[in-house]
Amino acid sequence: MLIAAGGASHNPILPIWQELVIGTISFALLVFVLLKFVMPRMEAMYQARVEAIEGGLERAQAAQAEANKLLEQYKAQLAEVRTEAAKIRDDARADAENIRKDILAKAREESERIIAAGRESLEVERQTIVRELRAELGTLAVDLASRIVGESLADEARRRGTVERFLASLETAGAGAGGGTPVRTS
Amino acid sequence: MSEELVVAQDLPWPPSVEDFFPPPVAGPWVTKFGVMVWVAVALLLVFFLTAYRKPTLVPGRLQWMAESVYGLIRDGVARDQMGEAGIRFAPYLTVLFSFILLTNLFGIVPGLQISPNSHIAFPIVLAAISYVLYLAVGIRKHGLGTYLKRSLILPGVPWPMHFLLVPIEFLQNFVNRPVTLAVRLFANMFAGHLILLVFTVGGFVMLASDNLFIKVSSVSAFLLAILMAFFEALVAILQAYVFVVLSANYLSTSLAEEH
Repeated sequence: MLIAAGGASHNPILPIWQELVIGTISFALLVFVLLKFVMPRMEAMYQARVEAIEGGLERAQAAQAEANKLLEQYKAQLAEVRTEAAKIRDDARADAENIRKDILAKAREESERIIAAGRESLEVERQTIVRELRAELGTLAVDLASRIVGESLADEARRRGTVERFLASLETAGAGAGGGTPVRTS
Repeated sequence: MSEELVVAQDLPWPPSVEDFFPPPVAGPWVTKFGVMVWVAVALLLVFFLTAYRKPTLVPGRLQWMAESVYGLIRDGVARDQMGEAGIRFAPYLTVLFSFILLTNLFGIVPGLQISPNSHIAFPIVLAAISYVLYLAVGIRKHGLGTYLKRSLILPGVPWPMHFLLVPIEFLQNFVNRPVTLAVRLFANMFAGHLILLVFTVGGFVMLASDNLFIKVSSVSAFLLAILMAFFEALVAILQAYVFVVLSANYLSTSLAEEH
């Protein structure tokens, strides 16, 4: 090869041994430095970037999922609240109806009770009046009869006067129509 | 005619193998090729160390460029070929890819105009590292015996066929792979440089002609030279990628559980 380098002729298929040495040393140096100082950091950076991107994506997906979950939750809550409100409204309506019915029933009952009581007291009063009148009428009739018998029958004019006075006293006593019948019969 | 022109213009026509061996700058250790390799190493060191001096989660411009290369090899080659287990090889493959790509691109950089990989010594070094790497990975994972058995013996084949298949498998896995890896890169860069030489030097030769028609036709040679330069850029990227993909693929066969 050295002879060839002298100038005669070169065979391009045969390597020049000095170039083999130069190539080995220089390339080894290149590989050593880059593999020691650059490539590990490049791979680390590569991984970090992949992680950063994937982490970001994951975070975004997680946030999306969280948001969706919350939305569902809110929707469910809203629906729940709506049904509850509807239920409360229905209940209130039903309650109001019941109360109204109760009040009506009570009022009716009360009015009936009042009417019945009024009737009863009226009846009682009427009966006491009738009883009193009967008793009074008896005494009055006896009184009148004794007076009529006691006075002289001849004295027509005085008798008539006695009757008049009796009637007047009756009126002043304030007895009503109840005393009429016994008066007429006697 | 060409002989006369060479004499007249002192142009090295036609291009020959000797064009790939410029006289050394200072002895066999300091040649254009050696210097170019050192320059490539220095440029890559400066680029990556600067880009990753202060790495941040949101990358700057330079850091983003460095990470794009790493990401391409990590996800596009290492993980694609070897699965998640291959990511630990991504750093080496990235360095390998960057180095081959840069040295390949030297072939079309004005002033350098030739790729160090057109000297077979450099592809041999790179292929040898890939070779040792995938052998070591295979032996470490399976043990020497199992690894050899896996590499040489195809399962489900009638036994007499092994007399034929074992040598073929051996040749394929342990000889062809590193040799083709080195030669493919070397030959592409060698041929690319030769093509560029043919069109540019040829263009100058035509321009120097006394014949007006040939003089004018030199324009097409220069146009083709420009076109070929772009083509060479494509080849430079493609060959760097192919080298790395094949290395990753060989590593994946060493890592594989099944044959």
